[in-house]
Parts: sequence; C-alpha cells; structure tokens
Amino acid sequence: MEDLDNLKATELTLGLPGIDAPEKPSPASATGSNKRSNEECCLPAAKKQVVGWPPVRSYRMNSIRVRKMEAEDSTGIYVKVGMDGAPYLRKVDLRVYKDYKELMEALNDMFKCFSLGGAEGHEESGYAITYEDKDGDWMLVGDVPWEMFISSCKRMRIMKGSEARGLSSST
Amino acid sequence: MTYFPEEVVEHIVDFLGSHRDRNAMSTVCTAWYQVERLSRRNVFVGNCYAIRPERVMARFPWMKSLSVKGKPHFADFNLVPYDWGGFAQPWIEAAARGCPGLEELRLKRMVVTDDDLELLARSFPNFKSLVLVSCEGFSTDGLAAIATYCRGLRELDLQENEVEDHGHQWLSCFPDSCTSLISLNFACLKGEVNANALERLVARCPDLRSLKLNRAISVESLNRILTRAPHLVDLGTGSMMLNHHTEAYHRLINTFLKCKSLRSLSGFCDASSCCLQAVYPVCMNLTALNLSYAPAIQGDDLIKLICLSVASACKDLQELRVFPSDIYGAGTAAVTEEGLVAISSGCPKLNSLLYFCYQMTNTALVTVAKNCPHFTRFRLCILDPGKPDPVTNQPLDEGFGAIVRSCKNLRRLSLSGLLTDKVFLYIGMHAEHLEMLSIAFAGDSDKGMVYVLNGCKNLRKLEIRDCPFGDDALLKDVTKYETMRSLWMSSCDVTLGGCRALAAKMPSLNVEIINESDEANEFQENFGDLHKVEKLYVYRTVGGGRTDAPDFVWIL
Repeated sequence: MEDLDNLKATELTLGLPGIDAPEKPSPASATGSNKRSNEECCLPAAKKQVVGWPPVRSYRMNSIRVRKMEAEDSTGIYVKVGMDGAPYLRKVDLRVYKDYKELMEALNDMFKCFSLGGAEGHEESGYAITYEDKDGDWMLVGDVPWEMFISSCKRMRIMKGSEARGLSSST
Repeated sequence: MTYFPEEVVEHIVDFLGSHRDRNAMSTVCTAWYQVERLSRRNVFVGNCYAIRPERVMARFPWMKSLSVKGKPHFADFNLVPYDWGGFAQPWIEAAARGCPGLEELRLKRMVVTDDDLELLARSFPNFKSLVLVSCEGFSTDGLAAIATYCRGLRELDLQENEVEDHGHQWLSCFPDSCTSLISLNFACLKGEVNANALERLVARCPDLRSLKLNRAISVESLNRILTRAPHLVDLGTGSMMLNHHTEAYHRLINTFLKCKSLRSLSGFCDASSCCLQAVYPVCMNLTALNLSYAPAIQGDDLIKLICLSVASACKDLQELRVFPSDIYGAGTAAVTEEGLVAISSGCPKLNSLLYFCYQMTNTALVTVAKNCPHFTRFRLCILDPGKPDPVTNQPLDEGFGAIVRSCKNLRRLSLSGLLTDKVFLYIGMHAEHLEMLSIAFAGDSDKGMVYVLNGCKNLRKLEIRDCPFGDDALLKDVTKYETMRSLWMSSCDVTLGGCRALAAKMPSLNVEIINESDEANEFQENFGDLHKVEKLYVYRTVGGGRTDAPDFVWIL
C-alpha cells in the first residue's frame, strides 16, 4: 500500500489537488479512502471519487469548477434582518456594502420607521445590532474585520431595550 | 460492368460522397479501385494506428481534406495516460511529402507540437482549414506559424484543446494581406489576446461568419468586433461580465440588434444574469445555444433565456446536452428523470441527447422512448455509478430496453445506473444500427458482453469500464473485432492470458495492454497468464504494431 501512495503522489492528474481516486472503485460499498478533501467530507458515506467519473471532459470539468468557485465568490450574500417589535423582516445583500458604516446607514434607513427615537447611535436609542454566526452564536456586529463578518454572518437581529444595554459596545 | 469506360465511372464516383460508399465501391474490381482512389478528395482515418500514413498518401494522392483521430474516447476522462500516443507528426510529415495539395486537416485527440504546426504551415501552399479538437502538445507559437505562413487561410478552429500560452503575439502574425478568414475559434486559449490586432483582422475579413472568442476578450472589445462584423452567423462571446446599468451594456444591446444573421451562440463565460438580456434580441433566430460554460447563470434568468430562444421552436428541438453543475452531490437543484420526461413530451424531434442526472426511473425511460422514437444518439449518465430506479429499487434494464426497441435508428448509446445482463440481451436483440456503445459499472457476467458482440451487427466502437466481463467474453468471437474499429476494456476481469490468446489468434489486431503500475518497468514475460489486465485497447490495423508506444504500453 505504501508504494501505491507514493505512486499517487507523483501521478499526473488533471483533477484538483486533494481529490482522491481509489484504484478499484466499488460503487456499492460504503468504505472510503483515508485521504479526503474538505468537499468530500460533506458527501454521504457511500460516495467516493472514481477516476474518470462522471464522464465529463477534463477541459470542461476544470473550467466549470474554476468558474463555479469564482461565481460563488461574486454572487450576493443575502441575510435576513429582523428587528424586535417590527412586524416583518427585511433582507440585505452584504456584498453591496463595503464596510460597517455603510451597513449601519442602510439598516437605519430600512428600519427608521420602526424605531422609537432617533437613529444617531444605537447605544442612545437602546438598540444593538447582532448577528448569528456559522456556529449558531449571537454576536455583536462590529468586532471582527468586515470581510470576516460577511463570510460568517447568517442572519441579523436588531435588539432593543434591556437586552441591548448589556451588549452595547463603546464604538 | 468492366466495359464501362473509365470516364463514365469517374463521373459516377463524383456522386459518391460517403466514405462507406466509396470504400465499398473500391472493392468491386481493380479498375474501380483505381478510379475511386484517384478521385477521393476527403479521407477519414478513424484510428491513426489502423494504417500507416504513407499508405494513405500513396493511395489517395489527390486528397484535399484529411481527418485523423488518435486517442480512444475514454482519454477524455483521464483513463488514458498522458503520453500514450496519437502523434500528429508522422501524418503531417507524410502528407507534406505525398500530398502537397492538401487543403484541410482535422485532428481529434492527438498530440500536436509546435514543430508539427510549423511544418504544416510551410508545406501546403493551398492550405485553407485547420481544425483541432481535444488535442494537446502545442502552444501559441505554433498558432503564430499558422497565421504567418498559411496564405489564404479560411478556417482556424480550436475546440477544447490544451494550449500552452506563450503570449498574445500569434494573432498579430496574420499579415495585412490576410482577408480570407471565414471561421476563427480560439475560445480554448487561456491567455491574453491582442484585442487591437483581432479587431483589425475582423475588419479586413468580410467573409467572416464564425467567431469564437476567449475569456480574455472584454465586452468593449466584443462590442467593437460585432460592430465591424454584424454579418456573423456563429458567435462565441468572450467574457460577458458587465453591469447592466452601464453604457457598455446599452451599446451592446444595440449592437446585437444589428446582428440579424446570428444563428448560433456560445461562450458567456463570466456572464451574470443581467448580461444575458443583451442577447434577447437575437434569441428568436437561434438554432444553437450553448450555455454550458456559464455556471453563474441561475434559475429564472436561464429559464427566461431558454424560453425566448426555444419556446416557439421547442417542438423542433433536435439536440440537447445537460451537464452536471455539481459534480459532488445533488443539492436541491438536482436534475432528475422529471426534466427528461418533460423535455421528451415537448420535443418529439429530439434525436441527440446527453443528459447527466442524479437519478432515473424505468417508467420515465419508457415514456421518453415512446415520446421520442427518433433518437440516433442517446447518452444518459446517472452521476452515482450503479444506482437503481429509486422508486422500485430495480435495475434500469427495462427502461433502456424500451429505448432500444423504440429508437430503430439508434447509432450511439451510453448506459448508466444499475444494470444486469438483461439490458445487454435487449441491446443485442434490438439495437440493429448501433455503432458505438459505452458501458460503465454494469452487467453480471460474461453473457452480457457476448449478447452485445453477437447481436449488434454494425457495432464499431465498444468501450467498457468496471464491468465483470472476462476472458470468456473476450474470446467468444474473436473475428468480431475485425469488423469493429476498436474495443476498450478497463477495470474488468480480463487476464493477460486471455489477451495473449486474442493476440495469437488475430494477427490483424493490435492488442495493447496499458499498465501504469510500478511493475510496468519489468518485462511482460514475468507476468503469469492470470494477471488481471487494468486497461485493454484492441483495434484492427493494417499498419502492423506501433513503433512509438511508450514503455507502459505492451503490444502483444
């Protein structure tokens, strides 16, 4: 088996690195190879990468993979924004804004009809803007760099009142 | 018959277009053989190792157009090692010596070097058309040679080749005197292209009808080009990346409005949905639309574009290809049997299909077979190998059986999903005109393969991977392979002994074993007959064994 691994390391392949091709694929089996790329971890247990399968020309496979990755980078990131007391939620595309300031202005604009006071600063009006991250935790908006925020934000919530006071940051 | 004066026979031969007819005619008698060979203008060689190039040139000295194919089809899916063979060099050299009047060359799945292209460019004064499909081994330097030396070039068509980028100068090598281009396709080039040179080239070629740009061409440049060449019939857009609020976008719409001759569109490499709206004006006239390189186009916009292009002509749709967008898993947007059934009910004229999907049912296939009896090419690929009908958990034998029974003119078939020997019984019984069959992860026993070999009288190419077919099937009827172009078997149960037996019985066949393991460096004699063969490629040949095979290819 050792030799097989070494051979694989130097084997020419047009696939992306990290994609493994077992020598004798058996489609019905549920066993997998030891090395798996991140993408493969998300697959159901029975799936494994088979050499030359699906039968799509390497030329096409490569260009579609590359472009799909690029496409996913540039499509909008739409997240729901809810505000306590508001009868309905809104959706914003985080890609449209380039920093927190723009986002705050946009949110103020969107929700001003619901706020009790002015929209000067969220501490004074007793609001805190929070977001749910990939781990499911509710975090205060503004702590992490903007790019990191938009890639981890799943939804947002504008909290008010007593809950907000505890969370307000001193920006 | 032999009293016919030669002039009369010559005149009759002129009416014979197809290779098959001409081949048949030349076996009648020596006189007819002579007349035919001197009058043949288009020569097609389906397997570059089936005959030596010199023999072809000697037989057809007045050839104008030569088409040669190299690697077996499964090379497209990385099953054939990189340096297996399929070299263009001997063909170009032989043609340069024997047929200097050559005007057209078409190569598919071959290794072409820059030197080959330079030799080509310098050797044929009347050269008009070069088409390279799925080739590799050359760079933009080779293209520069073609551009420089091929006076009167009409067509340079590069389809899905792997081309090394050595800079963009090649396009500038077309001299100012070059005004004859009709077709130019460089969509597969990865590097930058000199947009100015391209625009000037387009401007001075009034007969240009087909132009396929690569990703490096900007929208602004596309606009300028289309303005110069509104008479284009076939367009491959470059990068269609633009925001629909810009001037560029509005200019582009106006430009497309003037392209009244456009019938075929492709490219859309970086197109986002809003870019597509620019092409709505031409959609109604399209006969061909290729969006397969535009993964960014999503649902609704895609549907709208297709509706505009296809809706009114849906009933006339003849060919459809649906590629997988997500190689790894289904997701909520999985393509299933439902899509295929819907298409079949609206498009009764469908004759060519390539369909990748997540699942398929027998019922669906039976319906499709009933709705579309005119299939000549039917390729179905269920992404999960060996997957049964999800509703009944049965193999898909009956579904494919319905297809071969209903589609009497079926010439090409690719199978997938869970399949037993039964499907091969059906194929052998009903697929009379089948010429090419691709099988993967199917069958139970040797009987499956034997049904096909016995039944399909017109079979030319059989390619099999990961099936339980062994020596018994391979050796059942060895003379059958002489009637076929080639047989490919990989990851099956054939042994070295079986292959040796085949080679011994049939000297007119090349039996190639492709052995990529570490053991490849050892001598073949060290392996016993029971050694399982990883990859077997068998083809008929009058050219004898190959002299250019690498170490890991054993010719028995």
